[in-house]
Amino acid sequence: MANFETVTVKTDLLIVGGGMAACGAAVEAAYWAKKHGLKVALVDKAAMDRSGAVAMGLSAINQYVGLKDGENTLTDYVNYVRNDLMGITREDLVANIARHVDSTVHLFEKWGLPIWKDAEGKYVHEGRWQLMINGESYKVVVAEAAKNALGMENIYERIFIVGPIMDGDKCIGAVGFSVRENKFYVFLAKAVLVAMGGAVHVFKPRSAGEGLGRAWYPPWNSGSSCYFTLKAGCEMTCQEVRFIPVRFKDAYGPVGAWFLLFKSRATNGVGEDYMVTRKPELDKWTPYGHVKPVPANLRNWLMLLDVKDGKGPIFMRTEEAIGKLSAAAADEKERKKKLKELESEAWEDFLDMTISQALLWASTNVAPEERASEIAAAEPYFIGSHSGASGAWVSGPEDLQTSQTKNEYFWGYAHMATVPGIFCAGDASGASSHKFSSGSHAEGRICAKAAIAYIVDHNVEPKVDNAKIEAMKAEILKPLDTFAEHSKLTSDAGINPNYIRPKMFMFRLQKLMDEYAGGVSTAFTTSKANLEKGLELLNYLKEDSDKLGAEDLHELMRCWENIHRMWQAEAHVRTILFREETRWPGYYFRADLPSMKDEWKVFANCRWNPATGEWTMLKRPIYQIF
Amino acid sequence: MPSYVINDKCDGCKALDKTACQHICPNDLMVLNKETMKAYNREPEMCWECYNCVKICPQQAVEVRGYADFVPLGATVSPLRSTDSIMWTVKFRNGLLKRFKFPIRTTAEGTAVPDGGWPTAGDDLKSPVLFTEPASLGLPEVLTLKK
Ligand SMILES: Cc1cc2nc3c(=O)[nH]c(=O)nc-3n(C[C@H](O)[C@H](O)[C@H](O)COP(=O)(O)OP(=O)(O)OC[C@H]3O[C@@H](n4cnc5c(N)ncnc54)[C@H](O)[C@@H]3O)c2cc1C
Ligand code: SF4
Ligand code: SF4
Repeated sequence: MANFETVTVKTDLLIVGGGMAACGAAVEAAYWAKKHGLKVALVDKAAMDRSGAVAMGLSAINQYVGLKDGENTLTDYVNYVRNDLMGITREDLVANIARHVDSTVHLFEKWGLPIWKDAEGKYVHEGRWQLMINGESYKVVVAEAAKNALGMENIYERIFIVGPIMDGDKCIGAVGFSVRENKFYVFLAKAVLVAMGGAVHVFKPRSAGEGLGRAWYPPWNSGSSCYFTLKAGCEMTCQEVRFIPVRFKDAYGPVGAWFLLFKSRATNGVGEDYMVTRKPELDKWTPYGHVKPVPANLRNWLMLLDVKDGKGPIFMRTEEAIGKLSAAAADEKERKKKLKELESEAWEDFLDMTISQALLWASTNVAPEERASEIAAAEPYFIGSHSGASGAWVSGPEDLQTSQTKNEYFWGYAHMATVPGIFCAGDASGASSHKFSSGSHAEGRICAKAAIAYIVDHNVEPKVDNAKIEAMKAEILKPLDTFAEHSKLTSDAGINPNYIRPKMFMFRLQKLMDEYAGGVSTAFTTSKANLEKGLELLNYLKEDSDKLGAEDLHELMRCWENIHRMWQAEAHVRTILFREETRWPGYYFRADLPSMKDEWKVFANCRWNPATGEWTMLKRPIYQIF
Repeated sequence: MPSYVINDKCDGCKALDKTACQHICPNDLMVLNKETMKAYNREPEMCWECYNCVKICPQQAVEVRGYADFVPLGATVSPLRSTDSIMWTVKFRNGLLKRFKFPIRTTAEGTAVPDGGWPTAGDDLKSPVLFTEPASLGLPEVLTLKK
């Protein structure tokens, strides 16, 4: 076995991940842990200042309810999320996050995040729930508060977490390795808070050359939350609810400001507005087809129908929107001033969160006031905090249950998974979409407080089985051994019959998911027969994961990232197969079951049994609380 | 290749134990070639063009060239980040230049206080009230179900 020192870190609460949810968890946990004399440690695969989906910055805070000014109620937010997800949502979870999210946003502002204000000092809204920010340093500021709360001595950066350490059916920590030095890490804890984000590169991206990395979702989040919770034996939910964003084509620049703030339209290649011409299609998806705003997946669907009919490309009518906005000015001087303002806002929107899009506009000489820009549907991603919903099935808070829900949705600690000691936030927890950056932070806080309460109630030292740890170490380092053993056989270490390098492994996964599980190349369409074929190929891939080869630490990380992706893929395929209907046609379309069915207004959950290696699929009821 | 390093400008971060670009890349892409003492992007096709290596390099040695499989040549987007703002210079393929300056934070670096200055009297571990609440909500109490 490769020669790695084993480093053991003992703590009470372990936070895995360093993104928005983990940073929220850190500030909250620090407070409650101090009161109870407990320790908290946080571990991130990257540098917290710039890790996770907010690494580049953001130009908007997408969840702000505005409770203090009576702008909206909790019920308003729950209604919005339920409708956008075609009825499939855990209202107790959504409401729990919504009742705390404003508090988190107010903290961001105190920490130094510039939130736009109008002349009266009120936040400038992009849309009903969204606030405009100067967000280049959003993550830096949020991470700074987390670091100040925990102290750098409790933060472990550049450690890649592979999976959970179990004691029977209880989670007692996590294992991983440094990507900088030959060290294997064993973190022992009384509770683990999982916040390692969602997954990308499970499906083949549209750009497959140098642009492979330019997915909408950042290439460094690879399904680690899903793997961790699945392997621990947690029940998972909404694994079929992937997200497909429609964004500016190729560089995936944000469209929110254009649609919401600048009130732009999108039209097809012959100038038709599919939201108007395709309106009758919405009747098929009632009641959700008739709510306002039209659910994201249905807007996608109407656009996809145009594309399928050869009516593309689809354009964001920037020139029309800017024209209208500036025409409202009183005189020519005002109009020029307004134009300048709009121009700066439009460019900042890209520069704060998708710099590639600014580069693409500059390299194609785009002047948005003169010419429309193309938009398109990206490939599927797993991001339960956004407009997808995949994640672990977690307990709701006690005080938001009804007599009907409390046996189904509540088991002791808010946002704890079905495995004792595992708490999940952000993309790691499911059925509570539309939490975004701010709601993920708030959910991290909720989880952290509940996890500390759990530790106080179950204050037992983790019992480790050293033989088991040694076996995990051997398994985790195996790709290095495999490579070292065989690489001298051939004149080119890239091609060798005894191992597969992680990049080709990823391409194999992406190809089968793309072709059989409804990726870009099939216009997001799949069927029972296709999914079964996909599962068969996934099975070969799973067998071959034992033959991954890694030349160095960086590649070792790539190996495990791709194993994580593969498990996310399997949970996804199995759940699409299980749900016998099409409910989110703009996310995926079951050609063999092309409509929505009442009897499927349920959660489709799954669980992988660590003892037997078997999958169980199950339905859970949906209750309306608000 | 998304981010790239200009040989003449990179000084290998003066042989410190970790280089700035390697420290910051969220995808572990920037590495130092120990022989030449120059950094490089080891997997350009896994680069998100997040510009974090560009923004952090003390020598301004890192730049970005748009993904070759869909971005026409000739344009550049260059940031200059200070402690409170960022200046962007956008050069178009046709030579047009645009400059933008945006604030990035309203407080001094390092000064984010976890409780934001809100009162934190809470000690009921079982209640749904988070440590800065209800003050940070601007409400008299945390909402619950009206039973
Ligand atoms: C392109 C894009 C645009 C968005 N725009 C907006 C917006 O305008 N407004 C808004 O409010 N929200 C927006 N969001 C949503 C927001 O970014 C997410 O909701 C939020 O970041 C989720 O938080 P998280 O903590 O679950 O994940 P992340 O913030 O992504 O954090 C994941 C963390 O886990 C770490 N990690 C991953 N794997 C491992 C591992 N194996 N071991 C150790 N650590 C690991 C990562 O390094 C990172 O620290 C956007 C998201 C994307 C992708
Ligand atoms: S940060 Fe700049 S100077 Fe330092 S190693 Fe990287 S490219 Fe070279
Ligand atoms: S642009 Fe971002 S992803 Fe690419 S090398 Fe630099 S820091 Fe890494």
